[in-house]
Amino acid sequence: MSEQTTIRMPDTSKLVVSSSPHYHDMGSIPKIMFTVLAALAPAVFASIYFFGWRALLVLSVCMVSCAAIEALLCRLMRRRISIGDGSALVTGLLLGMTLPVTSPLWMCIVGSFIAIGLGKMVYGGLGGNPFNPASVGRVALLLACPSAMTTWVTVSGCALNKWVVDATTGATPLELVAQNQPGPGFWSLFLGNIGGSIGETCTLALIVGGVFLIALKIIRWQIPVFFIGTVFLITGIAYMVSPCPKFNPMTHVLSGGLMLGAFFMATDMVTSPLNRKGAVVFAIGCGIITTIIRLWGSYPEGISYAILIMNALTPLIDRYTAGRPFGVARKASQKNA
Amino acid sequence: MNKQIKFYGGVKLDEGKMTSNEPIISAPLEPLYTVPLQQHIGAPAKAVVQKGDKVLRGQLLGEAGSFVSAPVHSPTSGTVRELSSCLGPAGAQLPAVVIESDGEDTAAEPLPIFANWQEASPDELKARVAEAGIVGMGGAAFPTAVKLSPPPNVTIDTVILNGVECEPCLTADHRLMLEHTETIITGARIIARILGVKQIIIAIEMNKPDALEMMTKKAEGTGVEVVGLRVLYPQGAEKQLIYTVTGRKVPSGKLPAHVGCLVTNVSSAAAIADAVCLGKPLYERITTVTGTPVAKPGNILCRVGTPYSSALALCGGVKEDPLKIISGGPMMGMSVYSLDIPIIKGTSGILLLAADEVSQYTPNACLRCGRCNDACPMEMIPGILSSTIEFHHFSLAERWHVMDCIECGCCSYVCPAGRPLVQHMRRAKAVANATRRAAEAASKK
Repeated sequence: MSEQTTIRMPDTSKLVVSSSPHYHDMGSIPKIMFTVLAALAPAVFASIYFFGWRALLVLSVCMVSCAAIEALLCRLMRRRISIGDGSALVTGLLLGMTLPVTSPLWMCIVGSFIAIGLGKMVYGGLGGNPFNPASVGRVALLLACPSAMTTWVTVSGCALNKWVVDATTGATPLELVAQNQPGPGFWSLFLGNIGGSIGETCTLALIVGGVFLIALKIIRWQIPVFFIGTVFLITGIAYMVSPCPKFNPMTHVLSGGLMLGAFFMATDMVTSPLNRKGAVVFAIGCGIITTIIRLWGSYPEGISYAILIMNALTPLIDRYTAGRPFGVARKASQKNA
Repeated sequence: MNKQIKFYGGVKLDEGKMTSNEPIISAPLEPLYTVPLQQHIGAPAKAVVQKGDKVLRGQLLGEAGSFVSAPVHSPTSGTVRELSSCLGPAGAQLPAVVIESDGEDTAAEPLPIFANWQEASPDELKARVAEAGIVGMGGAAFPTAVKLSPPPNVTIDTVILNGVECEPCLTADHRLMLEHTETIITGARIIARILGVKQIIIAIEMNKPDALEMMTKKAEGTGVEVVGLRVLYPQGAEKQLIYTVTGRKVPSGKLPAHVGCLVTNVSSAAAIADAVCLGKPLYERITTVTGTPVAKPGNILCRVGTPYSSALALCGGVKEDPLKIISGGPMMGMSVYSLDIPIIKGTSGILLLAADEVSQYTPNACLRCGRCNDACPMEMIPGILSSTIEFHHFSLAERWHVMDCIECGCCSYVCPAGRPLVQHMRRAKAVANATRRAAEAASKK
């Protein structure tokens, strides 16, 4: 009996009751977003290394203004202030990475406003936006300020001791090849010792970050692989038919915004298809549109446009790639869909 | 053995099976047993005893209420104190018979024993399964005799015993497989005889190597095949199990019998063997009482009607106050708010979760990350369905096959936005069922 009295029974008055499952893998939106930020860190370091410390200023201004604008809009919309989920910071960083290092700061702020305000918040916030907000911001700036958005500096190795590399205007490899001039060599392209937007030049850093995200299953490997693969394939075929610098697949794959776009912008969960099959279709579509714009369009670069166009097609892709549930006959599924 | 087909999706869980090495202990007699008349899917049993009646252990308390129903037997000898109702694990009040134990535990005359069941007719054996009140003891508690009566247009050629126990924390089936291996094998062979089936497979997840080894050893020469399965939740779900073991896909809305399979839990098989060979109806089961707050987690052989509080007291009570008490496992079990609930035939475990183990989060908008797509073993689109259901488009959800959801909870488990995905699916299923019933009722008028 003495043992009986020492048994402690639970206090049932404070029990929580809920519907199963009672476990959760403890993943969360902030975890995803801050992991993406971490994955972009190598590219940020590379950009400071090649472009000078002003790169960091541009990136910071974009991030801070994205967060501030989101907070402001949440306030105006009388909603919970959602900047804690980190998605505004990701949008800001990605937007900044698509700008030239010489971009005036007011442009960064305007771009952030368009990205967050018109790219995301008008649709109700994270999860509702049909288009990748950073791409929306970049494309709007590209249309509004074409000269500021295509003023490139000449890069020559380490610029860590400089505020911004000497502002001698240069051309990006894609602009060179568009005029059928030979682009830089493999190592310059791979390491990022080339002109271009802040975050897009260092292929190595972007691949490191991208592989990190794939390993953590935050992004689907299908999107970068098929996106880059399609660009390589089409330019490769063109190069075999007519081997001139304009079609050089190595330049096309390693320069411009392809790596940044394929690993970090096309893979945006909200605006890319739900399942693997859809992701493949989406990525191939992105690759085809990018290549068409680059080879036959009047712009030397077309990543943002390709991503936005495929974003618009995502609901359709989702609909046609939604598999049949386990055990549902082919006919029944089609009839109902 | 390693060439099994992998079902789509699924999640890897922290198994938390802390009672794998705890031998089964028999619970001492309780002064009072509350035996619900509804412990199974289908109609409740109809009470055949009255207040003041003397009953013996194993005596019939309630007979099957309809075809899909199961009888209920007395867990001990004593007096019927009252016919009332009690709180069930799902939160509803269940009609119940309250028995005051006389402490003697006198057994009733057992059901006639089949000394040589190999020669008994399948119909006699099936009648015994029905008579003994045997139900699926994995949790759903579907009357086994109904399962053993497949529609006339199908032929069953494979019996699969489910010893997967893919729910984390639970070890009741594991211990049963270790300690009552032969009973399970006998039960499997009885089922095979009832259905006239040659192929008997016992499926066990590889995280129970001792049970796998023991079962393989004891099954030698009995014609029973034992397979070890990859550890992946929900491997023990009926459709996924059939697919992994036989490669057959149960069509949407159909029963396993349509692909020639019958799946039953190992505990149910053991109960069948006891009913046939010992004439013992189902009035007790093994329940795992576990969780970090429990002082001495263990596997307990409890009579049906034992309150949760007694089972927990037998495990030394708690070290700290739990935040959740779950009837069953953490993925599909039901959280309860009282310890006065009786253990029933389907109670595979009582799990206590401490405050830091309970995931509490606020749902956000769907990120469309697609993780639920990748995790859903039924290859559905839980994210989209959930948004559809949130906006009350129930018929649209039904067209997108929401009724196929097995409610395993993988989608909610992986959702980074903390969305109540499986919960939405349950809601849509309930609405669809209610609509169907209303339509049926209307057409009858």
